[in-house]
Amino acid sequence: MYRWDFSPVVANADLLVAGLLNTLKITGTALVFGVALGLVLALLRLSQQRLASWPAGFVIEVFRTTPPLVQLFWFFFALPLIVGIEMTPFMAAAVTFSIQSAAFFAEVFRAGIVSIERGQWEGARAIGMTRSQTLQRIVLPQAVKRMIPAFMERAIELMKTTTLVATISYADLLFAANEIAQKTFRPLETFTVVALIYFVVIFAVSLIARQIERRLAVSGESTVH
Amino acid sequence: MSSDVLLRVTGLIKSFGANEVLRGIDLEVRRGERVAILGASGSGKSTFLRCLNFMEMPSAGRIELDGRLLGSERRPGERTYREAELTGVRQRVGMVFQQFNLFPHMTAVGNVMEGLRTVRRLSKADARARAERELARVGLADKAAQYPAHLSGGQKQRVAIARALAMDPEMLLFDEPTSALDPELVGEVLGVIRSLADEGRTMLLVTHELGFAYHVATRVIFLADGAIHESGTPDEVLKHPRQERTRAFLARHKEFSL
Repeated sequence: MYRWDFSPVVANADLLVAGLLNTLKITGTALVFGVALGLVLALLRLSQQRLASWPAGFVIEVFRTTPPLVQLFWFFFALPLIVGIEMTPFMAAAVTFSIQSAAFFAEVFRAGIVSIERGQWEGARAIGMTRSQTLQRIVLPQAVKRMIPAFMERAIELMKTTTLVATISYADLLFAANEIAQKTFRPLETFTVVALIYFVVIFAVSLIARQIERRLAVSGESTVH
Repeated sequence: MSSDVLLRVTGLIKSFGANEVLRGIDLEVRRGERVAILGASGSGKSTFLRCLNFMEMPSAGRIELDGRLLGSERRPGERTYREAELTGVRQRVGMVFQQFNLFPHMTAVGNVMEGLRTVRRLSKADARARAERELARVGLADKAAQYPAHLSGGQKQRVAIARALAMDPEMLLFDEPTSALDPELVGEVLGVIRSLADEGRTMLLVTHELGFAYHVATRVIFLADGAIHESGTPDEVLKHPRQERTRAFLARHKEFSL
């Protein structure tokens, strides 16, 4: 029988906390830039100008169809050779996961926007609103509400995917776990604790998301008669 | 330049791909006129109305509003329209849709305020005061705080009318405003439209309510195959139609009336 002993892991709690903070930092950065860039990509892709929609579609498809680890290595090892800018592990990870999640968020935004009935655009246009006013005031507020589940799904996926940054020596939670496991010879305990941390954080976030969804659902509109 | 003629349409053509829906329509509407547009489904009557505030872009032809020709001619016979010009036109030419097209994430008063706030740039207080007056005018002062989901179809359409009125349009387009309503709710909406007619507003109305057209319109036009087939006073067109197709259309509509 294996004798579980968590005390070496607990003794290294500071490393785990630092790792968790780094994981949250990279996830948060990629979320913020990913959502912003994703909206831009979605609008470009929906544009009637081929010069705008085609490149946007290209970026989206490239980042959706290549493995994230390959993208990460490419930005960390290959890009510096081409442009001559040295990338810190954090920079490379931030760039990779921002663009990568932007590609996914762009599709979430696009699906949300096209799901809004044409009548909403027409109702706004008929009182003299411009296209961008309609988008901001009428279409996006309704679309975002419908997007929340897909959005949360992506955010969770993103947080789990960021474990790849350990491969370029960015000290995230998984990187810290590796270190502790090697130092203490307690991989079983270490990775059990780390799995638990991921579970708690992600489960908490999804609970909050469900609350938000429910609250939005009661505010009048979603009640279908 | 202000003249008696508010709207002049010349040679209006609209095609969707190879399908020519409007085949050259000419129409003049004077201030204070109320024109009912009748026709079978597929006759192009909704498309015609929707071209007048550029919900659909005309394929060819000229539209003059208050003596001013809209758009610019880039190539012979082909006019282009800038967004700024069209948003201006749409404020002057209001539209009420069959499906209401209210904004579901805004209350009734929020719907009416929206154009005042984002297009007219009124302060929140001014926009609200104006919106509440418009809601009161359509008899919905007590529903200001309700979301569309909690309103009946007739109430929704009255909010939509208030939303259009708030922009001070010089002309109103009604696109089958009662066709999506349960029969018992039609009356309240027609009542509001009638009160607007009594104010002397200029309006074009696509409708299947022949009785309403007879009593409220100053002129009736009958569309068939994307062209004006017959036009005249309500009495001429609805009671004494000269064209065979108009007679057949009216007969079908009267078939089940008592």
